Amino acid sequence: MISIIDYGLGNIKAFANIYKSLNVSYKIISDFHDLAGTDKIIIPGVGAFDHAMKSLNDSGMRDTLDKMVLDDHIPVIGICVGMQMLAKSSEEGVEKGLGWIDGVVKKFDRSKLRSKEPLPHMGWNNVLIDSDNRLLKDLHGNPRFYFLHSYYFECNNPQDVIAKAEYGEAFACVINSGNIYGIQCHPEKSHSNGIQILKNFGEL
Amino acid sequence: MLYPRIIPCLLVRNKGLVKTVKFKDGKYVGDPLNAVKIFNEKEVDELIVLDIDATVQNIEPDYKMIENLAAECRMPLCYGGGIKTAVQAQRIFNLGVEKIAISSAIIERPRLVSEIATRVGNQSVVAVLDVKKKMLGGYEIYTHNGMKKSRLNLLSFVLQLEKLGVGEIVINSIDNDGMMKGYDLNLIAKIKETVNVPMTVIGGAGTTDDIAEVISQHGIIGVGAGSLFVFKGKYKAVLISYPDEKEKEKIYCKE
Repeated sequence: MISIIDYGLGNIKAFANIYKSLNVSYKIISDFHDLAGTDKIIIPGVGAFDHAMKSLNDSGMRDTLDKMVLDDHIPVIGICVGMQMLAKSSEEGVEKGLGWIDGVVKKFDRSKLRSKEPLPHMGWNNVLIDSDNRLLKDLHGNPRFYFLHSYYFECNNPQDVIAKAEYGEAFACVINSGNIYGIQCHPEKSHSNGIQILKNFGEL
Repeated sequence: MLYPRIIPCLLVRNKGLVKTVKFKDGKYVGDPLNAVKIFNEKEVDELIVLDIDATVQNIEPDYKMIENLAAECRMPLCYGGGIKTAVQAQRIFNLGVEKIAISSAIIERPRLVSEIATRVGNQSVVAVLDVKKKMLGGYEIYTHNGMKKSRLNLLSFVLQLEKLGVGEIVINSIDNDGMMKGYDLNLIAKIKETVNVPMTVIGGAGTTDDIAEVISQHGIIGVGAGSLFVFKGKYKAVLISYPDEKEKEKIYCKE
């Protein structure tokens, strides 16, 4: 059973629809009591870092999630801001992150972008896969995914980065440490490539 | 590499999709949810849905419709129409919409951009400016389906929006809407050289060559079209289309 965490932001229904079409069982969870029996966790997220962290902390699910992820090692994936929340902190705000993967979130440096490259980084970009991680199974070439962000995750351990993307310079697009995963682009909005990643996550 | 975005732009009126000419004479072209399903199959880059009744009739956005569209969309969805407050924007965002488009409300009160951005993040706040040529040169911003003139200076307003933290600027040419005779390249060039945030242009596409022309001039840009993706042939029979991967490659590479 995949639990999609509903803490008040993120396109929960888009994930639910994809898993429904894949015939994978899922639950939308907004109360920690309902987390029992979960074997995978998705933390979606679209929004600003502080607002997202506050919403998760106020959701009443935070302690249970910490325990499930850090003690019980249940696989979890954070998506977009959900990935950035895995870090210790973000330049976008002042709230503390979850700190589940060692790193910080930084803003793209405009001086490194070519003059015609706008910020936010918005649109379809190639994901450069450099790993045989099972999350990225059956994705070939440099598959295109949809991005919409101005901040990126900087891992302190380079081996946690399993795929990069380039905008001005290469940045971490998919990260993994133990049972914890993060993805910057939006698999739920990236057509068949995105569905493949969500399917792979379900099969981990 | 980051690719240019080719974006169908759909107009909703009275729960149906319509296509206008110069913002007038909305012709019924089908059911929104059905259109989204077809665009899913065609793997479109992004979708813009604008409710053109909401602001004019001063009604709330149709949350049920938005929720249904967002749940169906396998691509990013930008919704606009009738949003006046950060609370409404957040509600729509929570229905699964990636981008919130605002027009008349930010013209009345530009600070709304920052208020919405604090909740949903700057990257998701989209300003849509409906623009019309002035009689004696230059451009004017309009709201309420081209009926209400704003008296703002286009370029300085665009810069103000950027300062307030807008994530994207959509320029919609009223003069070229539905004409299918090409984009207003002069207008696009003027704004593109002013802004540092992503920009999308709508209004005038009659062929994919028109899209290619904008991309060859500006590289990374969003190019939106209505008529081109919903009509076929001289008599404008309703038929949804969208370039496939091969056609897209040609559009990107055209010199």
